[in-house]
Amino acid sequence: MSSLAVSQAEPVAGAAPGTDQSRPPLRRRIALIPTATLLLGAIYCLLPVAWVVIAATKSGRELFSTFTFLPGTGFVENVQDLSAYRDGVYWEWMGNSALYAVLGALLSTCVSAVSGYALAIYRFRGRETIFNVLLAGVLMPPVILAIPQYLLLAKTDLTDSYLSVLLPQILFPYGVYLARIYAAAAVPADVVEAGRMDGASEWRIFTRIALPMMIPGMVTVFLFQFVAIWNNFLLPYIMLSDDEKFPITLGLFTLLEQGANTPALYTLVITGAFLAVLPLVALFLVIQRFWSLDLLSGAVKS
Amino acid sequence: MKSTARRQSYGVKGAPYAHPSPTTTLKRARSAPYFFLLPATVLFALFFALPIGYALWLSLHKVKVSGLGLGSGARKEVWAGLENYTDALSDSELLHGTLRVLGYGCIVVPVMLGLALLFALMLDSEKVRLAPFTRLAIFLPYAIPGVVAALLWGFLYLPDVSPFYFVLDRLGLPQPDLLDGGPLYLALSNIAVWGGTGFNMIVIYTSLQAIPAEVYEAAKLDGATPLQIALRIKIPMVAPSLVLTFFFSIIATLQVFNEPTTLKPLTNSVSTTWSPLMKVHRDAFGEGDIYGAAAQAVIIAFATLLLSFGFLRAANRRQKQEAAR
Repeated sequence: MSSLAVSQAEPVAGAAPGTDQSRPPLRRRIALIPTATLLLGAIYCLLPVAWVVIAATKSGRELFSTFTFLPGTGFVENVQDLSAYRDGVYWEWMGNSALYAVLGALLSTCVSAVSGYALAIYRFRGRETIFNVLLAGVLMPPVILAIPQYLLLAKTDLTDSYLSVLLPQILFPYGVYLARIYAAAAVPADVVEAGRMDGASEWRIFTRIALPMMIPGMVTVFLFQFVAIWNNFLLPYIMLSDDEKFPITLGLFTLLEQGANTPALYTLVITGAFLAVLPLVALFLVIQRFWSLDLLSGAVKS
Repeated sequence: MKSTARRQSYGVKGAPYAHPSPTTTLKRARSAPYFFLLPATVLFALFFALPIGYALWLSLHKVKVSGLGLGSGARKEVWAGLENYTDALSDSELLHGTLRVLGYGCIVVPVMLGLALLFALMLDSEKVRLAPFTRLAIFLPYAIPGVVAALLWGFLYLPDVSPFYFVLDRLGLPQPDLLDGGPLYLALSNIAVWGGTGFNMIVIYTSLQAIPAEVYEAAKLDGATPLQIALRIKIPMVAPSLVLTFFFSIIATLQVFNEPTTLKPLTNSVSTTWSPLMKVHRDAFGEGDIYGAAAQAVIIAFATLLLSFGFLRAANRRQKQEAAR
């Protein structure tokens, strides 16, 4: 009862306390300052996205002559030009990014799940050492790893291949960390024990009993790693020279490098950027309801 | 023996140990975690430990060219001691890059985390409208690759196509060059703030949500304003997640590479050695000096670790002091 009374009498920012009437004015029912602040933040964050959506519809001439936020007429043409650029290399980049991100994130999630489960469920010698050493990987600056990785892969003739981009990204220390926290919370020890009593092998207990319980957390790990691989620029930048293996980030960068001094290529870069953002934004909107961000706060608390 | 009966009825098809004795079960349970950790350990050894070891080895070596440098035996890797390190530490380009990145970090980290905290508190306040929409909108840049973000903002900084210049032009205001001199820092910082605020906001917001409502009730009964509640109760209670976001932001800032590299084609003011990691990359691949680059890389890694752990220790000590009071 007291909490109800309190929430009704709760003063809103900017209003003096103790003057509440039986019907509060509109100002009191909507917190104006927080709402306005958040709206400003949303506008700031959406501005470049809105710009690229509109700029992608403009023909090369319209881009420089019409007002920025006035939609143009050249979208279809821009997409055709982009698709025709160097025999459709743009779509190869998109395909490559999808391959790297899906396959990489899938493998990464499997490794994280099995490692996190082992670290959460078993008590064994070296457990904390292994965990801490794996986690220390997060702190290593990527360039510092990527250069010797490149030099070492060059010795085995693996550079400039799909594997050179895929392999270094499978171990995802943050994913192991999240998987451990999630397994500790989601897999009860007596369920594992019951599986042992029934004679199931440790591997079978993991795949048949524990893994299904860990699925929601593993979806989060997959999504984190998917975004991380899709957005990665540095590793492919160092590893690859054949542009048919480029992911979209690197492809767009080379397009920008060529296009910076030739405004005629601006429309290609802009349309390319717009189409590159689409899949991730779409994925984001669809999955944000499944994305268990509580896991993040759990990670923060412990 | 009830358990034996159950074991038989649940017997695992194809498993060699359908009737395990307690000791074999225990042995399996003992070795199982090592098998489970095998993939992670192998990957760590190959793609983390080995490259780090190799970078250390390289940093202590140099190439010695004998004669005219022709033939296979003419170039030899020889021990260099700390020579590469003294060269790196007295390298003025590296020093300038470090200072630039520190200046950039002094803008990015406080602004980004300040905004993230502000938005998180606003989302958490009562009677706020449009919260789900604004939360998603502010989080959206997280989904956009750093390269694409830099590219989008890069175009928004270009006078020919930017709406900002259009507005300034109409208003008859001066039009600063955003891609040069001091404004370049702001331009680069803005890209990082835009990309990182949403993620940090979500981290802080989720930990705000975890605070039980009863905590505020006493304060509310005492007539505390939402501002007072935010300053005196909410912010101290989310201090651990602030420390964590600060920690990761420092690391990310010191390693800035993608954004200045992407802006480089658009302006002459971003050199190939603008940030320390860009210089490492240039030296390794542009100049072919992998030994010097390795030494610089080791120094940067070491400085990053020192700085971030120093910060964590200081934060922990503060928290312990607060708790003791």
